[in-house]
Amino acid sequence: MNKFAGEEIVQFDNVGLRYGTDREVLRNLSFTLFPGNFYFLTGASGAGKTSLLRLLYLAQRPSRGAIRMFGSDAITLPRERLPMLRRRIGVVFQDFRLVSHLSAFDNVALPLRVAGASDRDLRKPVSDMLEWVGLADRMDARPATLSGGEQQRVAIARAVIARPQMLVADEPTGNVDPDMAVKLLRLFEALNGLGTTVVVATHDVHLLQKVPDSLIMRLNKGQLADPTGALRFPPRRSAGKARQDGPAA
Amino acid sequence: MSPAELLETRITGAVRAVTGAGEPELVPQSKLSGPMPWVIAIMVAMTVIAMAAGLALRNTVLSAQAGLEGGLTVQIVEARASERKAQSAASMERLKALPGVAAVRLVPQEELDHLIEPWLGGDDGADGAMAVPIPSLIDVQLTDRADERQVAKVRAALAPVAPAARVDAQSGWLEPVYGAIASLQWLAIALVVLLAMALAAAVLMAARSALGTNRDTIEIVHLLGGTDAQIARVFQRSIGIDAAGGGVVGFALAMVVILLLGRRFAGLGAGLVQQGSLGLSDWVLLAMVPLAAAVLAMITARFTVMHALRKML
Repeated sequence: MNKFAGEEIVQFDNVGLRYGTDREVLRNLSFTLFPGNFYFLTGASGAGKTSLLRLLYLAQRPSRGAIRMFGSDAITLPRERLPMLRRRIGVVFQDFRLVSHLSAFDNVALPLRVAGASDRDLRKPVSDMLEWVGLADRMDARPATLSGGEQQRVAIARAVIARPQMLVADEPTGNVDPDMAVKLLRLFEALNGLGTTVVVATHDVHLLQKVPDSLIMRLNKGQLADPTGALRFPPRRSAGKARQDGPAA
Repeated sequence: MSPAELLETRITGAVRAVTGAGEPELVPQSKLSGPMPWVIAIMVAMTVIAMAAGLALRNTVLSAQAGLEGGLTVQIVEARASERKAQSAASMERLKALPGVAAVRLVPQEELDHLIEPWLGGDDGADGAMAVPIPSLIDVQLTDRADERQVAKVRAALAPVAPAARVDAQSGWLEPVYGAIASLQWLAIALVVLLAMALAAAVLMAARSALGTNRDTIEIVHLLGGTDAQIARVFQRSIGIDAAGGGVVGFALAMVVILLLGRRFAGLGAGLVQQGSLGLSDWVLLAMVPLAAAVLAMITARFTVMHALRKML
């Protein structure tokens, strides 16, 4: 039993994942994520970053092992309770996955709408969010008419609009210029400052240095390395954040 | 929250649950429609026509049965005209005095001549009557149903005064016709059921196809916390709109066909056919068909989508 049982936001225990009958793409993953921390997930292409993120945002069930999220067993949780869990997670997909027939405004509003917000209640927060990501003048544009960078900003706005407890982002700065990348990281940090656990998958090492308090999870051929010791000795926000260049303990 | 606000919230919630009103347009309406409204229009038109035919047949049978249920026909089969006339008069007297007899009418000779004229030709007798002896007919209406027991009772009552009398229940003559009409009624019911099943199958295939086409969007909505019920409502609403539009068009088409057929049948001037006209309750029932089609389509869409979504995480 983890000494932080009850506080952890995500707990993986000996998790493995295989697609079909192929070999496991993720093996023996055991780690814990705590509220309020900022995690970078790094690793070479094909290391399994996206697969791990899919497990984190409940798009996939593992082939073996146990996963607890927000205090619930994510493996045995009935399907009808999954939406409530998913609403606590914001996701930025690598390929944005915007809904093509909806405008930028409606794409960003989607998480609020599925949560039951009325049009009147969502107009201001969505407008503010689009303004913040620099798309105030593109609210009515369909995704097909937006550039890659603009689409990515809409995807990020959609992921954070509902103030999720955990934000999972797959290469969120891959298609934006350096200035916008820094701006988006500041948004993630601001959210993190408000208590959101942030997990950002990236292969951009420069990005890691821009968030000094971040913790690093490194995937190598489906297995997790723990260069900062943050997974073995998970810090709690109340005890202060671990630095990326050394274990917390 | 005040009771009025609570009630309003509950009503709004119930309306949303059924119609999907207020749900985001997660899947574009144009991607779901396709030929569905036209398929539904054809199905509704055929159902309304089949149902109208069934109702008209039912009305024909009910009307004929009501008229003939207590009816008896007494034939005085006597070649000698004077004897025939005497026995007819005696039978009339006896029948009028018989308990359970509501009405008695001796069919006039002119009416009989007119009835058989198409087969035996016009009058050529010296007294204006036909040369071929025609039995006298007495139309009897009983207060109760003319069953075998009643027929035997009348027969026994007439035997002493009119030995040439033959007594038959009128409904007996039309039994084979009723049987044939009942078969047609069952055929109409079977057609309505088959059309309903075909409609459900068409909706099922359309919903599956739409699910496949919009799989990516559905997955995104799921990952953003959308529930199966929310997604199902989108499809339910879309197919409901298609079904309502198609239903109205189909009903209008069927009305044109029914009215045209009605005019043609009315032109026949045949009593049995004219008894089959549709009443107000029949028209109300027919008007329910588009509504029932829309409900059936929405229920089918909901079950199909919910079943398919259960296979997704």
